[in-house]
Amino acid sequence: MAKSICIALREGALEGELAPALTIKDSIASPFGLQVFDHVLSQLFSSILAGKSPSQGLILVSFSRSPSFYLELLKNKGINVASSDKRIHILDCYNDPLGWKDQIVEISSTVTVFREVKHMDKLFNSIIELGRGLVGGGKIRFSIAIDSVDEMLRRASVSSVARLLSNLRSHEQISSIFWLLHSDLHKARVTAVLEYLSSMVASLEPSHQLANGQRGDLENFALIKHNSKKGKFHVRFKKRNGRVHVMSEEVHMEQSGINFTPLTSEGAINQGLVPKVQFNLQLSEKERIDKANVVLPFEHQGDNGKPLQIYDGRRSLVDSKHERAVAVENVQTKEESESESESDMQRGEIIYYRDSDDEMPDSDEDPDDDLDI
Amino acid sequence: MNQRSSNLLDEALGLDQASEPWPLKGRVVAIEDRVETSGSFILHHLLKRSLSRNSSNVSIFIAFAQPFSHYDRVLRKQILGWNLVSQRDNGRFFFFDMLKLQCPVGDEGITPGGGLIALYGKIHKTISALPEISQKNVSIIIDDLSLMEVAANGSSDHVLDFLHYCRTLTSEFDCSLITLNHEDIYSTEDGSTFLLQMAYLADILIKVEPLATGLAADVHGQLTVSNKGRNKASNFHFKVKENMVECFYPGRSRD
Repeated sequence: MAKSICIALREGALEGELAPALTIKDSIASPFGLQVFDHVLSQLFSSILAGKSPSQGLILVSFSRSPSFYLELLKNKGINVASSDKRIHILDCYNDPLGWKDQIVEISSTVTVFREVKHMDKLFNSIIELGRGLVGGGKIRFSIAIDSVDEMLRRASVSSVARLLSNLRSHEQISSIFWLLHSDLHKARVTAVLEYLSSMVASLEPSHQLANGQRGDLENFALIKHNSKKGKFHVRFKKRNGRVHVMSEEVHMEQSGINFTPLTSEGAINQGLVPKVQFNLQLSEKERIDKANVVLPFEHQGDNGKPLQIYDGRRSLVDSKHERAVAVENVQTKEESESESESDMQRGEIIYYRDSDDEMPDSDEDPDDDLDI
Repeated sequence: MNQRSSNLLDEALGLDQASEPWPLKGRVVAIEDRVETSGSFILHHLLKRSLSRNSSNVSIFIAFAQPFSHYDRVLRKQILGWNLVSQRDNGRFFFFDMLKLQCPVGDEGITPGGGLIALYGKIHKTISALPEISQKNVSIIIDDLSLMEVAANGSSDHVLDFLHYCRTLTSEFDCSLITLNHEDIYSTEDGSTFLLQMAYLADILIKVEPLATGLAADVHGQLTVSNKGRNKASNFHFKVKENMVECFYPGRSRD
């Protein structure tokens, strides 16, 4: 959830580890990505200023919005940038990303204009250089926020963007990094690449899915209106031990800003790893009892003398039918015993040890892990 | 009558309050229309509003679709006794005729990108040359983006770069950027990202669509206005008349 990701970014990387990386993902149906980005940015920067983070500074790479917007934003949140300009620096990739302008008006000393956004290597070097200029060299760490990687992906190849992000993550001076992505502007594999590079993925989804092919429907319009103010916020954490944790919240857009609240009746349960399909994969209480009562073929061998009753799916297990079954069995066993007496009395026995009774179907352990092919 | 009936559109855009400064300042307005429902009437409406409102308002019109005479004729019909020629002569209306290729885009060895860079430079120069008071009240209108893409030899990237730079103008000078694009020509997988890019870029998105129920004599289509700044969405019907546009909620047509 929103608080957890802010904490994770604030705590930063452990020694010898890759820096935690967050992808904020949205789509046009739920376009609150920029607001979530602003929220995370102000939270992280406040923590840095308050000394709560091992990170000593923040480099903001702005593509989608003017640096003055961010300076204004931080000021409105009560953060005095003037006194904190030793802690934040903005790499301006918004005003003149391709070098079309003849002259740039300098906005402030906390902003550096970058004019070659097509070159990821130069961008990387600029970010590191600015970071070092801000916090110094050595082992002092700083954090990075990238306004949106969409612009980067539009101007450079996926592999070069991925390389840049990966190099930033593995740089010894980077404490944490986060970026925004509009998922519907790119192919699914591009989004997947960036998700693989992140330790946390926060995705925004509309509360109500719009029906396709219902253009201009008034109902659809009502949904559009609803979706413009509210949405669902899912966060997927990749833990250090390899586990994946998924959490959900509701997000509201208000005048005062963005608000996160726990999910309402639509499901406050921790979204398990059960796939969402149209049939019910869960068991009801009665079904659970019945399952426990099923006689499994190799478990009940029958004691000596007692007839073997192997449930082969055709006969019912109900007692009233038992006699009929027994009668049939008797015939069979008679035949068997006849043949047996002729044989060496060597009966095959099936020894079956069932796996643990209380093993839940969605256990974290993958049984295939034991395979040794 | 004229003022009243267009009020729904003005209201949705925030233009109904005459006392405020031009509410579209610093905003990007993207209009998406279709073959059955042309959205050019909105461009005319916004141009009319911009020029009639305040004497210091300036409009820069980048035309790929029609020549100057067309817009002059349309606006003459809408507002009697008014013409674009005098506005142009007064320095309130700048017309960049891309049909006559005032800025060569994509020919004679000049790269498509180069042409758009030059166009941007020209717009920047024009705004910078304005008196200070007008500099703060500029509207850049582009008719239309799909033809700009054609002029750029199909490179939507160059067009998007150009639009990005125009957007920096909205930050630098507080001007408004109004664009028109056709929704139904981008039906392929690759093409739809251009529309999405515009949707993300726009502060106000106006969709001009036919009715879900089909053609009608009294209603020409419906408008859906999504205003991100005011966090408001509106939907209503419209009918394009001889010299104006009538907007009304469904079922409330005057005819």
